[in-house]
Amino acid sequence: MRPWIAALAVAPLLLAGSALAADNEFTIVIKDHKFQPATLEVPAGQKLVLIVDNQDATAEEFESRDFKAEKIIGGGKSAKVNVAPLKPGTYKFFGEFNMDTAQGTLVAK
Amino acid sequence: MLASLIIVFREVLEAGLIIGIVLAATRGVLGRGRWVAAGVGAGVAGACGVAAFADVISDQLDGSGQELFNAAVLLTAVVMLAWHNAWMARHGREHAAEMRAVGRAVESGDRPPHALAVVVGAAVLREGAEVVLFLAGIVSAEGGGGASVALGALGGVALGAVAAFLVYRGLLTIATRHLFSVTSWMITLLAAGMAASAMHYLSQAGLVSFGEAELWDTSFLLSDGSALGQVLHILVGYTDRPTALQAGAWLAVVAGITLLTRLMRPQAPARPIAAE
Repeated sequence: MRPWIAALAVAPLLLAGSALAADNEFTIVIKDHKFQPATLEVPAGQKLVLIVDNQDATAEEFESRDFKAEKIIGGGKSAKVNVAPLKPGTYKFFGEFNMDTAQGTLVAK
Repeated sequence: MLASLIIVFREVLEAGLIIGIVLAATRGVLGRGRWVAAGVGAGVAGACGVAAFADVISDQLDGSGQELFNAAVLLTAVVMLAWHNAWMARHGREHAAEMRAVGRAVESGDRPPHALAVVVGAAVLREGAEVVLFLAGIVSAEGGGGASVALGALGGVALGAVAAFLVYRGLLTIATRHLFSVTSWMITLLAAGMAASAMHYLSQAGLVSFGEAELWDTSFLLSDGSALGQVLHILVGYTDRPTALQAGAWLAVVAGITLLTRLMRPQAPARPIAAE
């Protein structure tokens, strides 16, 4: 129960947040436990929204230590990950459930 | 098998370290074993439920349900940890004194194990749900290969339990009169780190959009992906690229719990400190 009480308390912030997003959307597809594209060029210094589209039947955890993302995406589901403005550089991400194959890079320019 | 062992261990480690600290912090409290076990049991059951409804949770609130859920579970744990420390500040002295007098069977009221049982449950819930989803994925993909995956997963859980035990035993080598101040500090830092993690989830969900500036980058010194970095991340909330929001939440929780325990301490200074 408790989490949902907290959820209600935080919900109004949603409106403020989502109004600002939606500009820099990029889609990354997961298929056969690989990212497509594996390397993605994105603008530096701007908020990003990554749409991670998991076309595999099994769940994947989309994760990056470089740009601090962590989200489980169910099989056949797609999910939105907000990324704070990045400095120019390369940022790795990976699928934690299939680390052998699911590796990718954001290049912020 | 090795892959599932490593992933399960990494997830279980966080819950394991927290359980170890909780057990040390409640040393001598009557019935704490039962409450911690209840926390683990509820956490495992909850994790299965969360995993089963993962897609439903994720779809809430314009796709931000998962982050909000994680943040809410973390913040609940923060409140429970603060409550525990406040309670210990009020009753801890009698507790330690009695413990020396009558050994471990101390009738000390039932508040702190309850609060910490929620903390344990919350940790097991968050990490456990990931484990369940990961294992479900492997088993459905491999079909018949379930046995070696199950073996790996069991190994991972066993290693996590060993970590909990080592932390617990390690903390018990501390002299009793220092033990509670050490565990109080550990609980304060644990709570601060959880609050910082919760802020990260809220940022990722786009629910808050302030304080996102990166304060510093110490990934060249200690990456939070390294073994030591991960352990420090769990224990004190270390992150190699904190945002202003995370650092603010971390400091606020440390200051808040410290202040709260001061206020709760019996025989407060005769001259009341003017509140800010």
